[in-house]
Amino acid sequence: MQFRIRINGKIREVEADPQMPLLWVLRDLLDLKGTKFGCGSSFCGACTVHSNGASIRSCVTPVSSIGSASITTIEGVAAGDLGRAVQNAWLAIDVVQCGYCQAGQIMSASALLAKNPKPSDMDIDQAMSGNICRCATYTRIRAAIKQAAGMPIADSRDTFA
Amino acid sequence: MMRASHAARVSAESRRAFLRASVAAGGGLLLDFSLPGMLHARAGSPEAASTLNAFVQISNDGTVTILSKNPEIGQGIKTMLPMLIAEELDVDWARVRIEQALSDPAQYGRQVAGGSRATPLNWEPLRRVGAAARQMLMSAAAQSWSVPVSECDTESGRVIHRPSKRSLAYGRLASKAAMLAAPDLAQVALKDPKNFKIIGKSQPGVDNPAVVTGKPLFGIDVTVPGILYAVFVKSPVFGGTVLSANLDAVKAQAGVRDAFVVSGGAVFNGLVSGVAIVGTNWWLVNKARETLQVVWEEGAAAAQSSAGFAKQAVDLSTKTPGAKLLADGDVTQALGAAAQRLEAAYSYPFISHATLEPQNCTAHFHDGKVEIWAPTQNPDAGRKIVAKTLGLTDADITIHMIRCGGGFGRRLMNDYMVEAAWISKQVAAPVKLLWNRQDDVQHDFYRPAGFHFFKAGLDAAGKLQAFSDHFVSFGENGKAAPSADMDNDEFPAKFVPNLEFGVSLMPLGIPTGPLRAPGSNGLAFVFQSFIDEVAHAAGQDPLQYRIDLLGARRQVGAFDTGRMIDVLALVRDKSGWAHRKPSKGSGMGVAFYYSHLGYFAEVVHATVAAGGKITVDKVWVASDVGSHIINPTGAENQVQGSVLDGIGEALGQVITLENGRVVQSNFNDFLLLRMNQAPPVEVHFLRTEHPPTGLGEPALPPVVPALCNALFAASGVRIRSLPIDPKLFV
Repeated sequence: MQFRIRINGKIREVEADPQMPLLWVLRDLLDLKGTKFGCGSSFCGACTVHSNGASIRSCVTPVSSIGSASITTIEGVAAGDLGRAVQNAWLAIDVVQCGYCQAGQIMSASALLAKNPKPSDMDIDQAMSGNICRCATYTRIRAAIKQAAGMPIADSRDTFA
Repeated sequence: MMRASHAARVSAESRRAFLRASVAAGGGLLLDFSLPGMLHARAGSPEAASTLNAFVQISNDGTVTILSKNPEIGQGIKTMLPMLIAEELDVDWARVRIEQALSDPAQYGRQVAGGSRATPLNWEPLRRVGAAARQMLMSAAAQSWSVPVSECDTESGRVIHRPSKRSLAYGRLASKAAMLAAPDLAQVALKDPKNFKIIGKSQPGVDNPAVVTGKPLFGIDVTVPGILYAVFVKSPVFGGTVLSANLDAVKAQAGVRDAFVVSGGAVFNGLVSGVAIVGTNWWLVNKARETLQVVWEEGAAAAQSSAGFAKQAVDLSTKTPGAKLLADGDVTQALGAAAQRLEAAYSYPFISHATLEPQNCTAHFHDGKVEIWAPTQNPDAGRKIVAKTLGLTDADITIHMIRCGGGFGRRLMNDYMVEAAWISKQVAAPVKLLWNRQDDVQHDFYRPAGFHFFKAGLDAAGKLQAFSDHFVSFGENGKAAPSADMDNDEFPAKFVPNLEFGVSLMPLGIPTGPLRAPGSNGLAFVFQSFIDEVAHAAGQDPLQYRIDLLGARRQVGAFDTGRMIDVLALVRDKSGWAHRKPSKGSGMGVAFYYSHLGYFAEVVHATVAAGGKITVDKVWVASDVGSHIINPTGAENQVQGSVLDGIGEALGQVITLENGRVVQSNFNDFLLLRMNQAPPVEVHFLRTEHPPTGLGEPALPPVVPALCNALFAASGVRIRSLPIDPKLFV
């Protein structure tokens, strides 16, 4: 079937099985490889993109369900000030180890900050626990989110400091 | 590309080492070096052909390109190894470009991400490479100016001659330098470490900008013209083989070009029996599996299960061990004479690597050769398997090392590489093979389970006089399965007068292999937990009890007790151990472990709520990995990640075998640590006079027992089996 979907501000036409998840449409039909395949079942968050600004798991989102929603991927998130600020914070904090999950982390983090510009550590736990980092860079992801929010990066849970 | 231009090669051999330089296509300096053997090569030894290499290119515009020779799996090596070269070359880090080298052992020596070995093996040799290049550039300048080279120096990518206040940029000197005889690597002068400008300064990962903007970087992102996509369906029972499959029905599915049976062999780290489905779209070929029906010959492993192994281990524990690893003194007599005796049975389960990027590989077989793009930790081992399986020679196989979305030891095996190469050959097209998550969880080389049956005897003063471990592990004919063995120097061996280690082996039909800190990741848990039991039985402070057990500062085999005592003291001071307050439901635990040449002591503070919910509040790490932390930001990241990885293993990870197959299939039942479970981790590095060593692994092992010991302090419940069962606290 033919679909017209809005990706990173542009209308893209694709010929796909209606059940084909957005993840594979992005990666293999539109050659946007930044969105990652981790589990195929929405357990890991590596495939996170924005649909009308909210984070969704593209691996369980059939292309036929997208309709007129505006999709943003890691390749397009820097078009907004917030997305760019999050990417810059990731660089400043040197978050990355293997890097495979980080596109999904950045998409979840920027969706969080769009809704909640000054998140608490509890808010971060809640918003980010669907995104697995197998290298466990969680300490730095937490710090980078706060840095992007213009907050002190100290961990409020650390009552021993 | 980077090796194509050796037209004007000038070579000079020396006693221990030689350098080859050549003019690059663009007119710059190409420098590669070879050290016969590894760190301590011997002149004229048979290993002379085995070389360790690196590679420097300087273009006329002054751009310095450094090839990074080892696979990048998230350990930061692509950034760190070039730092060593750039430091001695004396260039600005900001002007250095880094490229990933091809897999080419003749050029680069060992190209493996494993064993936390890249730092100790390359610390000196790669600095010498940089220094040699610098010396050639100085010689070139000295010739141009007709001055003695001894009057020349360098500064940020320029050779300078202070007496005449002249200077020349490296880019201007590169082609001339390339024509000079290369210096003896053993003789080049290295910087005084106090003058380091790059080493010891945090350098963010060189690929970070590409990562955060979603550029294609990983194996799964590789694409080549005309690419087809493949899945490979293997028997759910390990070692099972295909009897028949409904291939015609599968071939009729949308997007499928071909489906065929692969006979394969019996070696897990190779090509095994299965069904390949190939097509124009990965999602469609993966979906075609819903149609696939295979009749499997399941084989002998179908009789194996985790529950069966646990029962068998208990049975074996009552018998004499199959082999003795160590017998010091007289344990039986010393246990009989002990004022206090302890016995405990410990175990840990099979676990999976679960790299977040599933196993994948792109291969293109054509004209009797194969080009491979692989996220692999051990490319040359993969080349050997591909060569053997496809009937090729090593020279027929080109391997591009692609950034790995996690390694943890999984990609030391190259089963997916040979699968991709085989399928490409069959369909005569470039093929990207990609496993789905279930394939990945159910076809790993698992961290082997292990069962330990301990006894200890204390004298009236609480001193440990007798210690024994009957380790029930896996293997056959006296040979342990991969990563299922134990050395005879596991602490407290050689620290207790009467001590015995015995091993019994159970035959295993399940593939096992190294997982981050192999062996140590399970052994640290059992030994450092049981030592904690001993300390509590003695009524003594568990941290001080360990220091006392280590005793005088001395060398015991490879292990330096003084270095471990110092990190224990440091973690005691940093964590506020001495002032810890007993409070209901909260407690601190300690453990230490020596592995991969690194000394680590860790303290965990944990809380157990009334319903059994566990919170890890904080971890303190004290370590001694030698004189320099080469890249501090990367080092801290590795240590924090290792510690959290260990906490994840302890809290949730188990692979259960039933009827020869794995029960778990995805991240809903194989549980990785998540943000809300990750505590703050405070990291301290003690600088000592020893050469720097690696950080990919040694921080992991001690956190597991430190957590379990903290839970004991918090609740009085002793964890003797992993993963931690919260029901024990209810």
